[in-house]
Amino acid sequence: MAFAAFGSQGPAVEQAPRKRSWIAWVLLAPGLAYLALFFLTPFISLILTSLQAPVDFGDVGQFQPAFKIENYATVVSQYWPHFLRAFGYAIAATFFALIISYPLAYFIGVTARKWPLLQALMLTLVIAPFFISFLLRTLAWKQLMSDDTPLVQALKALTILPQDGHLTGTAFSVIFGLTYNFIPFMTLPIYTTLERLDTRYLEAGSDLYATPATTFWKITLPLSLPGIVSGTLLTFIPASGDFINASSSFLGSASTQMVGNVIETSFLELLNYPAAAALSVILMAIILVIVGVYVKRAGTEELL
Amino acid sequence: MADRTFAEAGADLELVGIHKRFPGFTAIEDLDLVIPAGSFFALLGPSGCGKTTTLRLVAGLEQPTAGRILIGGKDVTNVKSFKRPVNTVFQSYALFPHMTVLENVAFGLRRRRIDNPLVKAHEALRLVELDHLASRRPQQLSGGQQQRVALARAIVNRPALLLLDEPLGALDLKLRRQMQSELKTIQDEVGLTFLHVTHDQEEAMTMADTVAVMNKGEIEQMGAPEELYELPKTAFVANFLGQSNLFTGKVTSSSGNSIVVDVAGVKIEVPKDRAQRHTGDVTIGVRPEKLMLTTEAPKPTPGRNVLGPGRVMDVSFSGVSTQYLIAIPGIGPVSVFAQNMVFGPVVHEGAEVWVSWTVDHGFGLVDEPEAAPRFAPDADTAAIATQTRKDLLTEIEEA
Amino acid sequence: MSRFSLGKWLLPVYAVLALVFLLIPIAYTFVFSFNASVKSNIVWVGFTLDNWLNICADPTVCNAFGTSILVGVVATIIATALGTLMALALSRYRFRARSAVSLLLFLPMATPEIVLGAGLAAQFLSAGVPKGLGTIIAAHALFCLSFVVVTVKARISSLDPALEEAGRDLYGSAAQVFWRITFPLLLPGITAAALLSFALSFDDFIITRFNNGAVTTFPIYIYTAAARGVPAEANVIASAVFLFAIILVVVAQVTSSARRKRLAKLG
Repeated sequence: MAFAAFGSQGPAVEQAPRKRSWIAWVLLAPGLAYLALFFLTPFISLILTSLQAPVDFGDVGQFQPAFKIENYATVVSQYWPHFLRAFGYAIAATFFALIISYPLAYFIGVTARKWPLLQALMLTLVIAPFFISFLLRTLAWKQLMSDDTPLVQALKALTILPQDGHLTGTAFSVIFGLTYNFIPFMTLPIYTTLERLDTRYLEAGSDLYATPATTFWKITLPLSLPGIVSGTLLTFIPASGDFINASSSFLGSASTQMVGNVIETSFLELLNYPAAAALSVILMAIILVIVGVYVKRAGTEELL
Repeated sequence: MADRTFAEAGADLELVGIHKRFPGFTAIEDLDLVIPAGSFFALLGPSGCGKTTTLRLVAGLEQPTAGRILIGGKDVTNVKSFKRPVNTVFQSYALFPHMTVLENVAFGLRRRRIDNPLVKAHEALRLVELDHLASRRPQQLSGGQQQRVALARAIVNRPALLLLDEPLGALDLKLRRQMQSELKTIQDEVGLTFLHVTHDQEEAMTMADTVAVMNKGEIEQMGAPEELYELPKTAFVANFLGQSNLFTGKVTSSSGNSIVVDVAGVKIEVPKDRAQRHTGDVTIGVRPEKLMLTTEAPKPTPGRNVLGPGRVMDVSFSGVSTQYLIAIPGIGPVSVFAQNMVFGPVVHEGAEVWVSWTVDHGFGLVDEPEAAPRFAPDADTAAIATQTRKDLLTEIEEA
Repeated sequence: MSRFSLGKWLLPVYAVLALVFLLIPIAYTFVFSFNASVKSNIVWVGFTLDNWLNICADPTVCNAFGTSILVGVVATIIATALGTLMALALSRYRFRARSAVSLLLFLPMATPEIVLGAGLAAQFLSAGVPKGLGTIIAAHALFCLSFVVVTVKARISSLDPALEEAGRDLYGSAAQVFWRITFPLLLPGITAAALLSFALSFDDFIITRFNNGAVTTFPIYIYTAAARGVPAEANVIASAVFLFAIILVVVAQVTSSARRKRLAKLG
């Protein structure tokens, strides 16, 4: 994918053909063992936990291995609005992040090509938010959008916001927070693809009677599609599982709870492990389907 | 001007007072050029001479710093490239990788909303013998095939002016000859105006009606290929277009129809209407294939120049002809091309020979002799090595 | 080729506005690190340098910070070591399950953090492993692993194989070629991967939340303090980390471009 944007190590050079050797397995063994222990087995644990049943006459948080598949039905019937909200917010955030990031990535990757120092500076500014804890970033927006700020006062004065309305704790603020946090994730892959765009294609388009708008639509946009897909996946997947933005301590409220919030509360407060696990499994399954569709179209080579 | 129909015929191209400055250097300095409608025009020159910049100015991909560009009499200097009735065959092909070959060729037609774009695209592909690959992607084609698609993509639009940026470079000889004749046929049929930029002088001379030799942002000489070849006016043209033997000397007399130049004691005659300068120190020359090689001193004949005796230093066989390098004392190396009428060379290394030529075949250049290099500025390996060694020693001393 | 927009200035102006927008919370955090607040840092009270001068007046903040650093360093070491080996295997060798391994490495990046966190927590729970520093480090190393592999792979693919072939041509054994040629050339990529891994670990909240037990890392501290008000000292630490990181990036850029200029002059 375009994760290489994080590394930006220079153009790929044609490599010697790969060797067939058992050394490969020696190199892979420690990593594979680690993944097996800390990634694959947790999944199995998760599935097993999701099927557990409460211990008869036990305390809160006490469960025993079982095959209580009804857990899934319970969880879906109770929390399907949260799923919808999670995917809805995530789609909205992805959309807005794309709209905001694409022109920015275009400017840095295409227009600013003659000034590499400016490009480097702008890229640094794009990833700068990563260097401040994202909790603090989200908190900052919460303060900036709270009721007693000039911004909210102004909106109320212009009657865009009703007098007793809030900016925080709404779908708007949650989507806003999600969009903001994922702009760098969307910008970097698109930038990487656009940076490699050969402007001679654009000249050829213009030579063949395409207006600037048509050149963008028919040439630039299709050629930047790999970056757009990468950025979209990198944004949508984490966004759908997020619970910070939607949490009441941050930009959300009781009415904006996403599936992530429910998983958190179930697991850590209510100690309802099977419910939390079931929700996690369903979320993961949906995500896997989406990724699977992508993998089928692009092949696994593109992934890493 | 880019409307729904093809151009009826080619259009004039006029460049008036064009300057193009880039930060740090001037690519084109005061260029005036008129290319009449329907002609096949070649802009010839070494890399960096400004020919590609000129092409891009005409296409509208660059703006001139000063000057005007007129196509068919209309001032298009401020017209954007997608509105100019001009198409370019790019050196890098620039075939859209995300479209099939067919869609590439149909692209311009679709933009101008021409009817039946796919039918016309297929026609164009048949012309370049690539219709069977119409549904492939450009990446799946060889370099030569891509170049032909790029040609088809431009030609299908029947533009008033077609610009070609070294279009046949990647093709093998046979295909290149074929494409050259195809291009000429198309151009004749529809009467399109072609502007062909190249560094290959053979290609320029074969295809073009008019050739302009460009050097350092200026046109040194322009004319029909034969005219340029047989009567070069500057040392650059004399050396860039084919090879020349150049000699310097003082004009001793200038009466009648010709001037007489003293070249290391020998009197060489050059017709006045073929000499750019008639007094002082001049550089004169003659093409190697015009020289006759004899093993005995030829009898002095009016209308013929003779140099010699000299020794044959090198004999080089190249199929159709053999190149002989003669060293004439006081004058230096002289090159002779002789058609191989018989098997084997006519003289061998070390032989004593004379060279002679018809006075009418000589020419006189406009350059000052100090500025004119005697031969093409090809440095040989020994000279390069010596110079590099000197440079390194200086650098080490400075460090 | 700059005729995409309605006017030449539309796109540059937009880009500047977008970047300013990205930096607003950073500026806010930085400004409020100077707030003379007592407990909660929500309302501006007054300007003071006190917070910067006495960062660890409240030891909990500094402890949390120290824990985050410790976790980051250990997790980075684990992830970088394992990840580099895997990257070498994937780039240089052909083996039957190559696509499967690629997919397996990709999945942690594609999995929402909440699923990873919950899964690990469920596993530790059923295995009876008490949650604490060890579980946090294990979790961090896991999700950093894939990013390390990606970064190092990118670096490997930009290496000219002719260099190693030249090493072998000049009588180097396989080990010598690796340590004297391949590894030094890979080092910038490995360093970048390590830095990326550290950054990801330092900022991680979701996975940590599920697996921390009683241990507090810096993000955990901020989360629990968010309800009643995060003290200004946290802003100070965050701003300091930010400035440090930015300076690091700028220095790296400047030295690499200076080196490039020097090499161009010699050539």
